[in-house]
Amino acid sequence: MAEIVEKKLIRHPDVFYYRLYAPLIAAKAKPGQFVIIRIHEKGERIPLSLADIDPARGTISLIVMCVGKTTSELATLNAGDHIKDVCGPLGNPTHIENFGKVVLAGGGFGVAPLYPIGRAFRAAGNRVATVMGARNKNLLIYESEMQSISHRVIVSTDDGSAGLKGVITDALGAWLEEDGADLVMAVGPAPMMEAVCRKTASFGVKTIVSLNAVMIDGTGMCGGCRVGVGGKIRFVCMDGPDFDGSLVDWDALKRRQAMYRSEEKESFEAWKKRHGLEVGD
Amino acid sequence: MPPKKKLIPKKVPAREQDPGKRRLNFEEVSLGYEPEEAMREAGRCLGCRNRPCVSGCPVGVPIPDFVAAIAKGDFEGAYGAIRSANMLPAVCGRVCPQESQCEGACTLGKKHEALAIGRLERFCADWRMRQPLKPLCLPPGPVASGTGGNGKGAGRRGKVAVVGSGPSGITCAYELARLGHKVTVFEALHEPGGVLFYGIPEFRLPKKIVAAEIETLIEMGVEIKRNAVVGKLFGLGELTEKFDAAFVATGAGLPRFMGIPGEDFNGVFSANEFLTRTNLMRAYRFPEYDTPIKTGRRVVVIGGGNVAMDSARTAIRLGAESVTLVYRRGEEELPARAEEVRHAKEEGLLFELCTLPVEITGEDGWASGLKCIRMELCEPDLTATDGRSSAAGKPSAGKPGRKIPKPIEGSGFTIGADTVIVAIGTSANPLLTRSAQGLRLHRGYIEADETGTTSLKGVFAGGDIVTGSATVISAMGAGRKAAHTIHEYIVSQKNVSQKS
Repeated sequence: MAEIVEKKLIRHPDVFYYRLYAPLIAAKAKPGQFVIIRIHEKGERIPLSLADIDPARGTISLIVMCVGKTTSELATLNAGDHIKDVCGPLGNPTHIENFGKVVLAGGGFGVAPLYPIGRAFRAAGNRVATVMGARNKNLLIYESEMQSISHRVIVSTDDGSAGLKGVITDALGAWLEEDGADLVMAVGPAPMMEAVCRKTASFGVKTIVSLNAVMIDGTGMCGGCRVGVGGKIRFVCMDGPDFDGSLVDWDALKRRQAMYRSEEKESFEAWKKRHGLEVGD
Repeated sequence: MPPKKKLIPKKVPAREQDPGKRRLNFEEVSLGYEPEEAMREAGRCLGCRNRPCVSGCPVGVPIPDFVAAIAKGDFEGAYGAIRSANMLPAVCGRVCPQESQCEGACTLGKKHEALAIGRLERFCADWRMRQPLKPLCLPPGPVASGTGGNGKGAGRRGKVAVVGSGPSGITCAYELARLGHKVTVFEALHEPGGVLFYGIPEFRLPKKIVAAEIETLIEMGVEIKRNAVVGKLFGLGELTEKFDAAFVATGAGLPRFMGIPGEDFNGVFSANEFLTRTNLMRAYRFPEYDTPIKTGRRVVVIGGGNVAMDSARTAIRLGAESVTLVYRRGEEELPARAEEVRHAKEEGLLFELCTLPVEITGEDGWASGLKCIRMELCEPDLTATDGRSSAAGKPSAGKPGRKIPKPIEGSGFTIGADTVIVAIGTSANPLLTRSAQGLRLHRGYIEADETGTTSLKGVFAGGDIVTGSATVISAMGAGRKAAHTIHEYIVSQKNVSQKS
């Protein structure tokens, strides 16, 4: 059980920030790791990246967008409520050292886990630039947080409603032309990370990605999160979540992420119906 | 020899759910004995003086004693006799491979059907659970013989961390609690029970039985910490600092894949994932429970052990039109319990034996079939020793003396399949061991001797993380042995510290 000590709507209407009191996890967790939560007795286990870790206060933070049943059900909980199961920290921490120039590439709300990662890179002596992209201004989150840990933040939106107009890889490419990088760390939806890797490959810059996969136990037992990396089977929970993006079999990853799409939809719509919400928005 | 007794050649049959009905539900297949049936079956025991069945049991249950008690109608006495050696009779009566253990050694079985020891054990446990009394917990203190518990140890009890709440961990915790130690069990999942919960299906081992056994532990004062992943949330070193000793029983772990093309297609599962979704997450009750599972129309399961059988029978219950088991050896070599194979056949499982998968084919990203070749069985490697002569409860995988399968050229064929479940075993999970400096490993498994002692002071280990995939009962045996080793270790340590 973990108490939600703070909840904020960070982007209307469906992206929330949760700060959970989980002192044991907060004491151990490192940037790049994740937790698995289960809301109630009949709930599923879902992996969520850590958007912040505060050992002093004994809390961890999550940023969750309501994309399906569990994430929407989580949003019905408020400060003072408890989450039945919070298991972690899971996965390996992001490898932090002084590489020189590090560029963080965040797509959509993938920016959130980059916040503690970037802070650690900066503390290790790196020059940190953040390139963050979203479809439009409303979908940008964590800009001020990223400002606080970056030497430079570049914003891009597909429609130009904030920052540069265009896809994130354009802004990233321009920055790599201008300033170069010793390492790129990308977090976001799989197609975005794949595109970033293609872009950075043309600059010959090593790129680490943080993968999200279908997962149950998170301790290596189920093998649901397996992904092809460099022609070998790897488990995201045990061997990742960070991998060299140039080695990832993106097609298989995207395919496996979509394996339960119809069931996810069925479950979400049944839930919305039970709660008198509009179906199929 | 006891007075001459009329031999009854056949076991009293146990009532079972009708195959046609049970293949559509997750309720238990075997319904067990009524008291009268149990007494009749118990009456078949010859009461051999050399008690071969006891030596066939990895935990040494005093089988003739409990059977004699049942024959007299003293079910409480029978239960007590079992419980003196086995903390989980309701579990073992259901899942032990009796035919290669106690029943395999039964004198009756030489010419006739062996005594149904498993069914009798289960009967006692189930009977006891229906009684209004609390489950029998032996009081703490004076310890079983030969364990150094001469009463002087009082006040020298310790704190022990048990990592993993599967059969080995539970048994170790139970024994240590009985010996008066304060035990904390660390479980990575949200439900304790390990493989008894996530692995073995409801229709073979109802989860309420596992829950009742865990409840007993809690009543004995054992603390269970859920969602506590040792190796991540706590290092092993922290446990040995905070506790007098640690017992590592994390199970075998990582599912193995075949390394054939197509294993990344959608619709391909490890047996662990397929069973965990169903058992732990109750996906068979989706959408009432949130976790979904995909079972296609045509399911193929690769492997021949109990896990393969469990996966296949689960797929049948999830509504697959056809379920086919592909195994590279013949029926005689199937490592699964004989009863599971029989039950699976009755439920309509198809077998492709002496068959080796070579590729999973796909369409639009989903599995569409399994390309296979036929195997012929060659004579076994005679340099290996006979599997029977080794101690009971050894892992069935790698049983020496089994015939060696060799591919038959030009025998390729394809089985249509939209779901492929890989049940070919597991390899050691490095999650804990990676973080345990100085802990000696062998191929990723922890090196521990017969007593559970490892290369690290204060760290003991048992179960699948030591032996590789084996049986519930052998894991329990290791847990029990280790508990006594740990007890002696703690008492001796406390003696030393009191002297200094």
